Amino acid sequence: MTPEPSVVEVTLESDLKNLEVAEEIVRKVAATAGLGEEAEHQIEMALHESMINAIWHGNKNDASKSVWLRFEIYKDRLEIRVRDQGNGFNLAEVPDPCATENLLRVSGRGIFLIRSFTDEFRVRNIPSGGTEVTLVKRIHPHGSTQGGSDCEHESDNSKS
Amino acid sequence: MSMKATIRKVDSVIVVDLSGRITLGEGCTQLRELVRDQLSKGNKSILLNLADVSYIDSSGIGELVSAYTAVANQGGQLKLLKLTKKVHDLLQITKLYTVFDIRDDEAKAISSYGSMHSGV
Repeated sequence: MTPEPSVVEVTLESDLKNLEVAEEIVRKVAATAGLGEEAEHQIEMALHESMINAIWHGNKNDASKSVWLRFEIYKDRLEIRVRDQGNGFNLAEVPDPCATENLLRVSGRGIFLIRSFTDEFRVRNIPSGGTEVTLVKRIHPHGSTQGGSDCEHESDNSKS
Repeated sequence: MSMKATIRKVDSVIVVDLSGRITLGEGCTQLRELVRDQLSKGNKSILLNLADVSYIDSSGIGELVSAYTAVANQGGQLKLLKLTKKVHDLLQITKLYTVFDIRDDEAKAISSYGSMHSGV
């Protein structure tokens, strides 16, 4: 039987000023989970980019909307869910920022960084409205990090 | 923590010492205006010192790319100096490490602009 995870849930106003609030929370949660410094930085970045997507692209910077966060600490991993009230997006339509023709584009690296800095990344549309992304970071003994990707080693962590 | 920028001139090169976070919002806007301002003054040799930059997000990376192309489009050169490991890793995984001219030594970086025409 899988032990129950430790859970932290928070709902934030959909405002970029709350980026730092979310980062503060994830730093504490990651420290509690025992992720280690590098993995902590990576999951913080992944959450930062997910929050921007939720606030900016999902909720269209509408402060009357919310972003819901749920942190679950398991023995072997940290799972974070980020839910907005937007119309969602299709991962298959997100251009590869590392393709030669896209290298000098100013935007379009957020999803790539999330994938690079997590061990699993899932996206699902909520039937009642909104989009939820799940970020999974595995907890390795001694705080070492694994997984992730770069442009030469294409990500295999997308479950979408 | 927001971004701070200190501008100094070494020979004909504008060295910008950046610190803090280059992220969506204030940090990116500041960097964009700073580069635009230097270009408007005819300063086309720009060296961004990132030694004290603690955090760059995808928007910050985009702003570096934007600055790079803006300077290049005017016939200038924008180079990066002293990347932290985190920033180095970011540029590596996004393949931008091959795009930017990245230096570790300021004096050598300055002299690398040697043959550049500066509008100063």
